[in-house]
Amino acid sequence: MTLKSILLGAAAAVALAPMAQAGRGDSGHANIIYWQAASIMNPYLSGGTKDIDASSMVIEPLAHYDENGAMVPTLVTEIPTVANGGVSADLTSITWKLKPGLKWSDGSAVTANDVVFTANYCMDPSGGCQQLAKFADVTNVEALDDLTVKISYGKPKPFPYGPFVGSTTPVIQAKQFADCMGTKAPTCTDANFKPIGTGPFEVTEFRANDTISLKANPNYRDPAKPAFATLTFKGGGDAAAAARSVLETGEFDYAWNLQIAPEILAQMESKGKGKIVAGFGPLVERIMVNLTDPNPKWGDERSTVKHPHPFLSDINVRKALSMAIDRKTLVEVGYGKAGQVTCNVLPSPAIYNSTANDGCKVQDIAGANALLEKAGWKLGSDGVRAKDGVRLSLVYQTSTNAVRQDFQAIIKDWWRQIGVATELKNIDAAVFFGGDQSSPDTFQKLFADVEMYANNFDGTDPEAYMGSWKCSQIPSPSNAWLGANMPRYCNADYDKLVAEMSGTADLNKRADLAKAMNDMLMQDYAIIPLVWRGNVAARANSLAGVKLNVWDSDLWNVADWSRK
Amino acid sequence: MTDLNTNPIGEIERITVSENPRSQWWDVWAQFKTHKGAVLGMTFFVLIILLVLIGPYIWTLAPDRPDLLARNKGPSMGHPLGTDQLGRDSLAQMLAGGRISLAVGVVAMTLSLVVGSLVGVLAGYFKRLDGMLMRFTDLFLALPLLPLLLVIIMLFRDTLRAAFGLEAGIFILIVFVIGITSWMQTARIVRGDVLALKEQEFVLAARSIGTPPWRMIMRHILPNVMSPIMVSATLGIANAIITESALSFLGLGFPSDFPTWGRLLFDSTNFMTLSPERVIWPGLAISLTVLSVNYMGDGLRDALDPRIRGR
Repeated sequence: MTLKSILLGAAAAVALAPMAQAGRGDSGHANIIYWQAASIMNPYLSGGTKDIDASSMVIEPLAHYDENGAMVPTLVTEIPTVANGGVSADLTSITWKLKPGLKWSDGSAVTANDVVFTANYCMDPSGGCQQLAKFADVTNVEALDDLTVKISYGKPKPFPYGPFVGSTTPVIQAKQFADCMGTKAPTCTDANFKPIGTGPFEVTEFRANDTISLKANPNYRDPAKPAFATLTFKGGGDAAAAARSVLETGEFDYAWNLQIAPEILAQMESKGKGKIVAGFGPLVERIMVNLTDPNPKWGDERSTVKHPHPFLSDINVRKALSMAIDRKTLVEVGYGKAGQVTCNVLPSPAIYNSTANDGCKVQDIAGANALLEKAGWKLGSDGVRAKDGVRLSLVYQTSTNAVRQDFQAIIKDWWRQIGVATELKNIDAAVFFGGDQSSPDTFQKLFADVEMYANNFDGTDPEAYMGSWKCSQIPSPSNAWLGANMPRYCNADYDKLVAEMSGTADLNKRADLAKAMNDMLMQDYAIIPLVWRGNVAARANSLAGVKLNVWDSDLWNVADWSRK
Repeated sequence: MTDLNTNPIGEIERITVSENPRSQWWDVWAQFKTHKGAVLGMTFFVLIILLVLIGPYIWTLAPDRPDLLARNKGPSMGHPLGTDQLGRDSLAQMLAGGRISLAVGVVAMTLSLVVGSLVGVLAGYFKRLDGMLMRFTDLFLALPLLPLLLVIIMLFRDTLRAAFGLEAGIFILIVFVIGITSWMQTARIVRGDVLALKEQEFVLAARSIGTPPWRMIMRHILPNVMSPIMVSATLGIANAIITESALSFLGLGFPSDFPTWGRLLFDSTNFMTLSPERVIWPGLAISLTVLSVNYMGDGLRDALDPRIRGR
């Protein structure tokens, strides 16, 4: 052995050592950028994806969905099924068994009581829990012992994995949130900003709508994880800047939801600093048609069911709006490979995809004009159709985002061709999706005639998602503008289908019901689907372990991320 | 010595009679003409104004009409400045955008000038008002501009839109917001000048023959503080155009399909690497307008100051 070979060997050993025994904190620091800044770390009080994703690093559900849509145990030993006895034979209860020895980041033990508390926290009738739909039909949540939780349903629940599966319904610590029940929930700033969790990270500093600093949770159940000692979750800016910061400058390691022009994204990727990752989930860019009148003259009753919309309550107008849209062009302009044409609000998983509405795939401006003409909407001298003094002039709002503004401009032009005047309005995404009660510009309040955004559901079962368009889910001042029924759609037949689905166990039958609901929404034109979007994200070349998950939070496996 | 027979005084008198009496503004113009930068700036500014006023009648393509077959095209015969990502013609957008940007600049400047001069003159001339008005000015100076703008726009956008219609409503809002947040510098400068003027002999003389304050201000004070006001005016135009750009850049201000130079610049930044000319056009237009207006202001200042004039 020469001295040289010994030195080389030593150098190799030093270089290889960290790889061989990768442990907690070995990868140093990671930077994540979400161009919509997180405003709260509590998904029960916010419906925004950015908030749910941010909190998913800190607080965890009992089980996650993996990148293929399959359930994987997180805090529990196994997924309960009828076969293993976890789900009762009559489908009315499910029993979860927590892993023994789990600890909160403050060192105290995780018990079944925390799970019970979380359920009561969300189901408190005086609180405005955003995830209440997940707890539909839950009658009782009880702790059988320290590690066993039994969730009982009022009726047979064929898909009992609503609560505590997926990042929208994580378990929160009973001790920390004890005084935050019901109407007091939004006032618990400290708990909502720095929740004590079981996840791989804990919050060290939370600056609302800006930056979250996190460090590895010292009590995380896997002593070797997470690989990153500290992590910065930066919010704000816009999608293009976020993409550039990962793909071109390399300042950030991961950028979420890169909704920017496809030609630009491809060009950024060619710089070689990072990779684009994409996956197709149930995300659909859609136009929500306001069936109620947003006229400011109604004051507090603005955009509530008390006043039907002057012209959008006419189905012919809604249908014509949909017919005038060329979805193929929208895909091409806005998404390229990250989008597909769809005529459904529920295009995925495949068994739920209806083919009954495929007529929308072809643009028909002449048909739309004929339809409006027949319905009595006559073209005025200003090029805008009107009937009985009501002009087809609408306000079209969405969040500030390059692709959405392009869509607005194109759709406005198509609508002009059918005699509909459109006024465009774009609102900062943090405000639009923020759910701030005092702001008039949130997507729940919908103080406009139509609005465009994308939404999806986590998990693989669409029951809760389709339940969003029940009458009881209509946002209004009486429920603090919470609920996801933006079109204010209320149809007894639809509610019946929702009820029926929640009592049906057979998967194929469930698929038929979901399709029927989808078709009802589509054929009533309460929702106008535009583009079936893939989730597009960017990761730095040096970041390993990213598995883009369309069924759960983007950061669902952040514990496994490391530096190559 | 026949030369002595001619009367030199008569000669001079003849010349004086033959020429028209020189007005003050003629002097100003003569002085202004000698400032090359100012003349160049004014020529350019007038050119831009003519272009955005007459341009849309000559170049009749609609600025908001997408042409999905001609997206992201470079300059060509059909589209001299190319097209954007939706196939909208860049030249038409530049012309339409220039109208709004310049209109915002000029109107907001006028507003801030009127408020600023009024506050400045009143504070300088009337001792009793001085303290109150200047503290008021300090208050406005201390307000953080951008957050204030955001709040005002959020609160009043809908109300104004309902009252005046979309375009006029937002135009009024933006102009008002910019005007109301940029008059303070003018007020301070004008007040300072008025304070100094007040102590001069001609003011004392005017007062001693019983000139009332209103006439005093209009006849003696205002003409003498014209030069700082004019300078503020030119700087104000530039400032207003830039503020409007900043608002558009932030996605506030005018709606997204309403081209202004600032918004065009904002929209183009994403495509900077793909088609750099799209950023250059609006950027160049803003910079050159601001520069030309600044030069004009410089020349005007020199021309309006009687102590500099003629040197």
